[in-house]
Amino acid sequence: MLRGVENGARMWVVDPRRTDSARFADTWLGINVGTDIALANGVAREIINAGLENREFVDNATTGYQDFATHVEPWTLERTAEVTGVPTEAIRDLAHSYATAPCAQIMWTLGITEHHTAVDNVLSLCNLALLTGHVGRWGSGLVPLRGQNNVQGGGDMGALPNKLTGFQDVADDEIRAKFEAAWGCEIPARNGWHLTEMFEAMGRGDLRALYVIGENPADSEADVNHARKALGTLDTLVVQDVFMTRTAKMADVVLPAALGWAESDGTVTNSERRVQRTRAAVPPPGGARQEIDIFADLAERLGDDRWGRPTAEDLWEELRTVSPMHAGMSWERIEAEGGIQWPCPDEDHPGSPFLHGRLWERPAGGRLAPFSCVEDRPPAEALDDQYPLRLTTGRALDSYNTGVQTDTYDSPIRSGQALDLSSTDAVALGVAAGDRVRVSSRRGTIEMTVAVDPHLPVGLAFTTFHFPELADVNQLTNDAWDPKSGTSEFKAAAIRVEKLVGA
Amino acid sequence: MPDLRFGTAAPTEAERVAVDEAVAGLGPVTVEVSERLVYAGRQRTRERRHLLLPALHALQRAAGWISPGGLDHVCRVLEVPPAEAYGVATFYHLLAGEPPEAEMVLHVCDDVACRLAGGPELVDSLTAAGHDARPSPCLGQCERGPAVLIQRIGATDLTVVDADPTTVKEAMATGGPVAPVAVPQAGSDRLQLLARVGVVDPTSLDDYRAHGGYRALEAALAMGDDRVIAEVTASGLLGRGGAAFPTGVKWRAVADQEGRPHHLVCNADESEPGTFKDRVLMEGDPFAIVEAMTIAGLAVGAERGWLYVRGEYPVATARLSTAIDTARRAGLLGGDAAGSGRTFDIELRNGAGAYICGEETALFNSIEGYRGEPRNKPPFPTTHGLFDEPTVVNNVETLANVPRIVLNGGGAFADEGTEGSSGTRLFCVSGRVATPGLYEFEFGVTLGEVLEAAGGFFGTGSLAAVLLGGAAGSFVGPDSIDLPLTFEATREAGVSLGSGVVMAFSDHDDLADTVRRIAAFFRDESCGQCVPCRVGTLRQEELLIRLSDGTSSGDERPLFDDLAAVMGDASICGLGHTASSAVRSALDLGLLVANR
Repeated sequence: MLRGVENGARMWVVDPRRTDSARFADTWLGINVGTDIALANGVAREIINAGLENREFVDNATTGYQDFATHVEPWTLERTAEVTGVPTEAIRDLAHSYATAPCAQIMWTLGITEHHTAVDNVLSLCNLALLTGHVGRWGSGLVPLRGQNNVQGGGDMGALPNKLTGFQDVADDEIRAKFEAAWGCEIPARNGWHLTEMFEAMGRGDLRALYVIGENPADSEADVNHARKALGTLDTLVVQDVFMTRTAKMADVVLPAALGWAESDGTVTNSERRVQRTRAAVPPPGGARQEIDIFADLAERLGDDRWGRPTAEDLWEELRTVSPMHAGMSWERIEAEGGIQWPCPDEDHPGSPFLHGRLWERPAGGRLAPFSCVEDRPPAEALDDQYPLRLTTGRALDSYNTGVQTDTYDSPIRSGQALDLSSTDAVALGVAAGDRVRVSSRRGTIEMTVAVDPHLPVGLAFTTFHFPELADVNQLTNDAWDPKSGTSEFKAAAIRVEKLVGA
Repeated sequence: MPDLRFGTAAPTEAERVAVDEAVAGLGPVTVEVSERLVYAGRQRTRERRHLLLPALHALQRAAGWISPGGLDHVCRVLEVPPAEAYGVATFYHLLAGEPPEAEMVLHVCDDVACRLAGGPELVDSLTAAGHDARPSPCLGQCERGPAVLIQRIGATDLTVVDADPTTVKEAMATGGPVAPVAVPQAGSDRLQLLARVGVVDPTSLDDYRAHGGYRALEAALAMGDDRVIAEVTASGLLGRGGAAFPTGVKWRAVADQEGRPHHLVCNADESEPGTFKDRVLMEGDPFAIVEAMTIAGLAVGAERGWLYVRGEYPVATARLSTAIDTARRAGLLGGDAAGSGRTFDIELRNGAGAYICGEETALFNSIEGYRGEPRNKPPFPTTHGLFDEPTVVNNVETLANVPRIVLNGGGAFADEGTEGSSGTRLFCVSGRVATPGLYEFEFGVTLGEVLEAAGGFFGTGSLAAVLLGGAAGSFVGPDSIDLPLTFEATREAGVSLGSGVVMAFSDHDDLADTVRRIAAFFRDESCGQCVPCRVGTLRQEELLIRLSDGTSSGDERPLFDDLAAVMGDASICGLGHTASSAVRSALDLGLLVANR
């Protein structure tokens, strides 16, 4: 992204905080937390109002435009400004610049998806791309940036409660039949539970055994006190990981695994859907084992003797037979071409640098793209006298999630994590940088050290959650979740901050 | 402002005000409209980077040095990484890296011409008198040395010519007087470029008009751009900065570039030791430069002209600045320049003491706010010049010929001079002659005739050698006085006209010392980018010292030939290519050993 900016691309950053990325931006719009849909609707309304929508594309490739136009009509610049907190001129400039740019991309990360309106947030951005035709062609598009090298690959392989490998629907009989034939087993016709539902099921006593692979929910769940309690109710907890995480410490059985990087053969798939090879360079330490071997052994102990000892290549070749979007990517091709972007349906196909090109065919190929009428809904937890500050959480550049990979060694320069407050709020609370404070939400109370960020808007507090041992931030966060995605609202909690007397 | 490391020092109020004033036109990169809206970004950063050098000048003037707090402030305002800005600041002689020891710093010229006039002795006597006096490379006052540049805190710099401790002290106390600019041939009706020098009031647009000024611009607008370029091409005008490239060819190439902004750059970074011609034109007839730039800029489709004047020329800078402001107020520059219906304006920039910035691509980097290091060519400036956009870069004297060509036609200009060298040429005559100064002759004049016009050899002894073309040129012996000073004849003789330097030496002068000074000059001014030049200029100086202090190992000549070949072959710019030229000629002529 920064290379693009260096090459002359212009960048608008929409974020409640003036982040490091925002400092590279031509314009930073500091919106109120959780008003992304309001902004998107307001931008759409301005584009339509100024006659800047791409009529040809809209007519050719989309459905529901009229309803959408009517839906966003109330989102005047003034109303949008009032809700989002961003001046009208900046919204107009963003709308006009986006609509008139030869190509434009909308990129986002968890600020869009860690809300109780996660899917609607994404749909509101899709609307903008459809309105302007910034999708399905070179240089334009919708780009959810992944936080890790293989988040995309996990989804591609079917680690989703409602999808089989290659994003094929579990509920589709024909597809299920194909997999059942290939795998020689029966596949339940119903969707599984997603993470949040699993915790609810634990709470109800419906889920009694849990096998956790490479995840640390005992630190990473919103309202983590509740999550830990739920994990404690299990009959059996099995954790497979490369580190002894807090979750692993709670487990009945720990299966130490080889690292995906440098210790395992296989593939990863990055944000641009490029499947790339990884290669084992060193053997895993101690008793850690290849994950494929762990699964195969487990299958054998569970009474299935057909697995044998497959290699990564064997598994990949099997995958190609069931996942059409991977069908053309032979192991040799991935190796020789240094990675291939899906969909790649056959071996003569070069891979796909971008998706949805069909929308530009005349007439558009396949299903038309629907506009979505999505409503602005404020964060689930409103501010009140008792909890008057908005807490949003995020990441620091050099740390990683709950710190499993970045926090487990001593660093002489690590600053830990602090609660960032605006200068105004710090003064109002009578605290200065370095002071210890008690931070409370409806779900928990922790102690933290204050830092003052002069760029933070009044009323907003920010912290990372990289050091749960130092500050167990997810005791504060809200586990209200989006019914469509299952993601909790990490980005918006209501908190109270009190100076610790005598500290 | 990512990727930056700032110190803890704060700017003084004076530094802050000076920097903010220097960037006031465009303002700082980051504009915090409100708590929720901030404008910044790489585009705004890029658009402002060229303000770095003006901002550093402002700091230097405000505080007498580039203080850490001041530099940090510049970096915050312009969003330049401090390490990069530090690299730029330390590139230039006139930007000090240490706090000043005194209110004024005296840069005393001890270069080739002033050396003959007592420059080194003046450094000693001023130092003995308790001043902060430092030897300086050529200050471009060669006809009236020794010269001193006085750098002051909170005030513009001063130039003292024919300096002695008394006049220097007077200037330090009073700020004056400003030495008048005059040419020995004044009054002659054969003068073209110098006709108005010493005649018109350089601060008066009316007086300039009364002496024929701005008629050429009018004529150019009537002719149209293509015709102007055609006339300049037909005139056979060759660049007067030293490289002798056909001016019309450059103009045509830039005018033909489509789709990107064009620039005109006037190279007034006259730093070749022994050269002062452009200074005389700028001080004596500044409106002529403004008019010529306007004609050139409009003809090649540039909206902006950049006039880059060397930092050691405070008088020229002030006069040009006045001329530009006056022309702008009179509607001769700006949105509808001279009623052309097109935009053309001139941005005046000062160098800060770096010979290399006279190299055209180094000059671009300097304007753009980077270290003044030359770029590789190709691509050439006509396609990738200033800001990587099509750029005509012309020397002051070159441009000064343009109004005459427009008025009288390219043919008439081509008829002057010789087949390969049309028009007239300015000669910077200095050293051992009776009347040093700037002379103008039609091409074809011989070296002897030029010396004769300057009153002939003057001083103890007899003529031993003449340095032609400056430090980057060559020495010739008295047997060359019949050499016609044309591009073709000098080329044939294996020497160069360069920037028109004609510096005479007596057989009583210590030429070995002069040659060592030239070598020291190149060693000091090499930008250090190319190894052959960075190391070669140093080895060359060592070799010359060995030759003169009795430690010769006897193999200096083959070693020198090796060095010269490597510098010539493998340096990317003219500095490295010519750094051995004068030394070689001195060796060939036996000037180092023949000396008493």
